[in-house]
Amino acid sequence: MSQSTYAEPVVAPSPLATSSSGRRRRTATQLENRRGWLFASPTALLLVVLFVAPVVVVVVMACSHWTLLGGAQGGNFPDNFTKLFSDPLLGKSIGFTLKYTALTTLILMPIAYGLALLVQESRRWNTFLRTAILVPSALGIASASLLFYALYSPQVGPINGILEKVAGTEAGASILGTPGGALWATVVLVVWRFAGYYMLLTMVGLQAIPSEVYEAARIDGAGRLRTLRSITLPLLRPTIAMTMILSITGSLLAFDQFYILTKGGPNNSTLTIVQLIYRDAFETRKDLGLAAALSVLLLLALVIINMIQLRALKLDADEK
Amino acid sequence: MKHNAHGRGRGRIALGAVAAVTGVALTLAGCGSSSGGDDDKAASAIPTGGTDDGTSLTMWSRAPLEKQATNAVNEYNKTHKNQVKLELLPNDDVEGKVGAAVQTGSLPDILAGDVVRVPYWTEQGIFMDLTKQIDSLPEKADLQSGHIKAGTVDGKEHTLPFVTDISVMVWNKDLYKEAGLDPDKGPTTLQEFEDQAMAVAKLGKKDVAGTYLAGQSGGALVFTLFPMIWGNGEKAINDEGTESLMASDSAKKLYAAYADLAKTPNGLGAGSKEETGATWTAPFQNGKIGVMQYPATAVSALFDTSKFDIGVAPIPGVDGGSSTFLGGDAIGVSKDSKHEAQAWNFLSWLMTEDAQQKVFADNNDTASNLKVLENGYKDADPRTVIANSTIKDGQTPIAVNFNEAFNAAGSPWQILVQDAVWGDASKVDSDNDAITSTLGQ
Repeated sequence: MSQSTYAEPVVAPSPLATSSSGRRRRTATQLENRRGWLFASPTALLLVVLFVAPVVVVVVMACSHWTLLGGAQGGNFPDNFTKLFSDPLLGKSIGFTLKYTALTTLILMPIAYGLALLVQESRRWNTFLRTAILVPSALGIASASLLFYALYSPQVGPINGILEKVAGTEAGASILGTPGGALWATVVLVVWRFAGYYMLLTMVGLQAIPSEVYEAARIDGAGRLRTLRSITLPLLRPTIAMTMILSITGSLLAFDQFYILTKGGPNNSTLTIVQLIYRDAFETRKDLGLAAALSVLLLLALVIINMIQLRALKLDADEK
Repeated sequence: MKHNAHGRGRGRIALGAVAAVTGVALTLAGCGSSSGGDDDKAASAIPTGGTDDGTSLTMWSRAPLEKQATNAVNEYNKTHKNQVKLELLPNDDVEGKVGAAVQTGSLPDILAGDVVRVPYWTEQGIFMDLTKQIDSLPEKADLQSGHIKAGTVDGKEHTLPFVTDISVMVWNKDLYKEAGLDPDKGPTTLQEFEDQAMAVAKLGKKDVAGTYLAGQSGGALVFTLFPMIWGNGEKAINDEGTESLMASDSAKKLYAAYADLAKTPNGLGAGSKEETGATWTAPFQNGKIGVMQYPATAVSALFDTSKFDIGVAPIPGVDGGSSTFLGGDAIGVSKDSKHEAQAWNFLSWLMTEDAQQKVFADNNDTASNLKVLENGYKDADPRTVIANSTIKDGQTPIAVNFNEAFNAAGSPWQILVQDAVWGDASKVDSDNDAITSTLGQ
């Protein structure tokens, strides 16, 4: 069925179409079709096994009574969803995740842009700077979190002592002990870890802007600010869109850093949505169905948010 | 035009793929349901004392109990034909790993787990029913019963005590002397506990505090505070494990004492409110705390190494009496085991006085056999004997949802203590209702 529908568009560009008889044409296109399928099948298979199948399993799970230790025990739609919305932690975790996403994105994007400009303009220290800024990205998030956990620790870390001298905070009090402290401590970690990565993306975007355009702008007498506003930013739009989508999606899915640094504490004040999913599945309720239901909702939310972002940045087909 | 046609074609293909995969997934789901919900496998074929025929057995325990688990397995392997292969799981991964193994039918022969998790595991059918075997154990009457009760569902027994860890009251004798207190007398009521902590606080020494609490660790809070309620002859949760009783008058007195200390300079050690349990034993170990509840295993390790003198006593009840938290791990044979007779051989051997003596008492660990606790510590530090004597008054709280209600990070119990000690104490009743609704779901 699908083979014949696929055949239509291929007919037109085929050079054989005009010169040969109907019969030869059909076998030739069939051959080409088959070859096309063969070429596409490894990717299609991977896509099905690694992406489509898990999504389907999660949807099935979300509609069943499926516990961690008891296994699947038949469908129960929509119980998981109603149970989900009666959990007071859900609203709290959504609120915190949005706050965290806004904070990291607003801080990370300008820093990445600034670093990209710095690295592009600087001549003498160029290689050194690039390496230094990019090195944190070579570290896994979990390892980076552990490193910061040690740095923040009042027992072994140096930061408590420094804060005590500079800001006059209490010596024994952990930075991660207050809701605000825990949030900012994590934001600092994430900015440190990802600034280099986003810098690299922005740099590639900057270098893709042809120097002739800048030359023309200079000849037209545009100042630095005007060049930035009318040339750099518009031409950088696809890059900005990509980095923002990556940053927002990544932040909405934040887990590792909070799992290691704060465990959602103090008193559930830094609980992200993915952490709640993990807790429901493996720690507190041990209910895979409930966790899957929340995952499905999160997936839908992400699809919608990304669609809105693409629209808002007016990215049409050929810019993608 | 061309683009559109492509798009349509791709859409249909994707749809077909989704349909195909749905089929696969549904089949998978079907498989899952047939393996879940197994009834308890009856273990009627096991001979008394089990079988020792050179079978290789697998066993899981958790990393914090590495020392005791390794001692037990090494001693068994030395004296038996059967060989037990021990695997230690990180504490935080136990639930996930066991869950995955249950779904795939790949549990080890012998499974040991935190005793507060055991009621849920047993209810979910992870352990084999060993009622007949456990009842016919000659040592059954001598075993501490908390870990057997934790694995009892509908009158059927599934588990035995593996490692017993208890909480005791400890104090820093050097600080007591400085504060003008009798260094040989620990607190016997809540009031004395508060007074003594206050006296140490008044020393006004830098970094030294009266007492310490792990404010962000539900597990440690249960371990330290429940015995003060039990010692008073009261219950912390009801017998069915469905209702929290931690808003009683005694409980409120207990929170009030800690709130007083928290308001006093140096009363409650810095970091108590934020302590997640990772380092909650460190301040006392460093000589910075006057008096606090402490794990018996951790304090016995300090007797020889600490620079200050340590006093040990049972944890007092709010108005007197004493109790302890019978924590640690219970052990059972998993439902997936194909060597249940051999696994039972290990379990029944471990319960004998001889094994309890060699594995636990001789290594200064807490035995689970009361006779060994009484007679087996002749050469041990007198303070270990004091700690062991509390076991007969000890309790294990049993509730299917105990972990979610009390132990988990951010549990309603943790929120209650945070409100009661550092926040708005009038919320205790509603916080306690939140625990009850978690327990009863």
